[in-house]
Amino acid sequence: MTRMPYRHLAAAAVLATALATTACGSSGDSGASSTTTSTTSSTTSSAAAVSGTVTVFAAASLKEAFTTLGTQFESAHPGTKVVFNFGPSSGLATSIVGGAPADVFASASQKNMDQVTAASLATNPTPFVSNVMEIAVPAANPAHIDSVDDLAKAGVKVALCQAQVPCGTVAAKVFSNAKLTVKPVSQEVDVKSVLTKVSLGEVDAGVVYVTDVRTAGDKVKGIEIPSDVNASTTYPIVTLTKAPNAAAAAAFTAYVLSADGQAVLTADGFAKP
Amino acid sequence: MVLPSPEPRSAQQVRSLTDRGRAPWPLAIPAAIGATFLLLPLLGLLVRAPWRGLLRILADDTVRQALLLSLFSATAATAVAVVLGVPLAWVLARSTGRASALLRGLVTLPLVLPPVVGGVALLLVLGRTGLVGRWLDAWFGFTLPFTTAGVVVAETFVAMPFLVITLESAFRSADRGLEEAAFTLGASRLTVFRRVTLPLVAPALGAGAVLCWARALGEFGATITFAGNFPGKTQTMPLAVYLAMETDPEAAIALSLVLLAVSIAVLAGLRERWLGSGAAR
Repeated sequence: MTRMPYRHLAAAAVLATALATTACGSSGDSGASSTTTSTTSSTTSSAAAVSGTVTVFAAASLKEAFTTLGTQFESAHPGTKVVFNFGPSSGLATSIVGGAPADVFASASQKNMDQVTAASLATNPTPFVSNVMEIAVPAANPAHIDSVDDLAKAGVKVALCQAQVPCGTVAAKVFSNAKLTVKPVSQEVDVKSVLTKVSLGEVDAGVVYVTDVRTAGDKVKGIEIPSDVNASTTYPIVTLTKAPNAAAAAAFTAYVLSADGQAVLTADGFAKP
Repeated sequence: MVLPSPEPRSAQQVRSLTDRGRAPWPLAIPAAIGATFLLLPLLGLLVRAPWRGLLRILADDTVRQALLLSLFSATAATAVAVVLGVPLAWVLARSTGRASALLRGLVTLPLVLPPVVGGVALLLVLGRTGLVGRWLDAWFGFTLPFTTAGVVVAETFVAMPFLVITLESAFRSADRGLEEAAFTLGASRLTVFRRVTLPLVAPALGAGAVLCWARALGEFGATITFAGNFPGKTQTMPLAVYLAMETDPEAAIALSLVLLAVSIAVLAGLRERWLGSGAAR
């Protein structure tokens, strides 16, 4: 019995684990956050003083802007903590209808907000920003994409959001405006997963929001979609009627709608609703 | 003070303990809660199932594709796991020393690793720009992510350790005397493995393959991370269930029922033949 094969196997296995560990370290937590129940909401009855945890369910595309807003809100209101759950608006709406203990819901489309209002869990959502689509390609642009038409070419690997997620719906509208049939290789769960597949170079292009390209930095390159074929979506925000921390939830919603809040969103490329 | 010693039990009483096996309440109550906890969610699926619309939902193209894809990819993953895992289990069982102990630990790592981490790792190695994947792409123009082959790779990665650990212990406990006898009678090592060792571990191979297949069928995290999601190509049943939950919970329940039925069929169909005889040994 020779001993060499084992050594090779062992080396391969060590390598494999090393890679797995690196992957683990670098992928990290994609923003799914735990939901903590507020314990201090009812003790202070003064209208100005808000405290405790605000749980915000927000569309994945709002991740960077809302994270900044959350930090600003926390320093403006000492004693508060903003906990985010970022994900596909459709999935978030389903969890809220299913009883998830959220205080605020910010959706990337009116349709998913309607799911929540139809279940009598919120009233009068306020539109706070709008967003349009852009093509994201890996920094090196291996497939030489320079227009929407290129996405329909054979052999070009495109990732899109799946159809029920707002970014998927809006992308489909762009293709219908441009009279194109685009066959994606993958329909991702939310816009950030599309962006990841692009920045890793696994696909040649993805259709995401302009704000995603802006916040992704130089990992991806944006290719503008001409305004005559581009499509937009409006984001509504609402304090949920069953909010465990209603006072702080209302304060956070107001902060998003305030001039300061809007400035952060505009800086990331969001447009007025 | 001397405690009175308990009355010795009569033979009849002792028999009643073993016969009826009535558990004392500190065991019976948690056991009942445990069993209810495991069974209630399954019951919930049956109660909430949209029985009337079931056929309509299941006749849907996406569902049929997802089911066929799941069955195909789980079977393919099991086949790959058998081809690679049986020799690996044999090597692990027959080797000694620190290196092999380490290797054994590492090989079973995917058992405890969250599958989604496995998916990320696979993407970094076998993805189009991955350490190995970039050469596959450059030399053969072949990429794994977003293909059915990618699904099989993800499922094999997650499920193969189940087969390996099951078989490794079987190889260990197999009677070495028979192998040695065959060897002294002039059989080559490979012949001994094929004609003596393998038949000895056949029941464990069956059990391991079933476990592996079932794990592959349920694979979600590594699949969606590594292979993406596209109906008919990489959207397996678990992905379809998860995604349907966002828009059409009824469809998600219907799909779950199908998976439940498949699982029960597998358990029932193979229990006697493989698991039963494996346990009886």
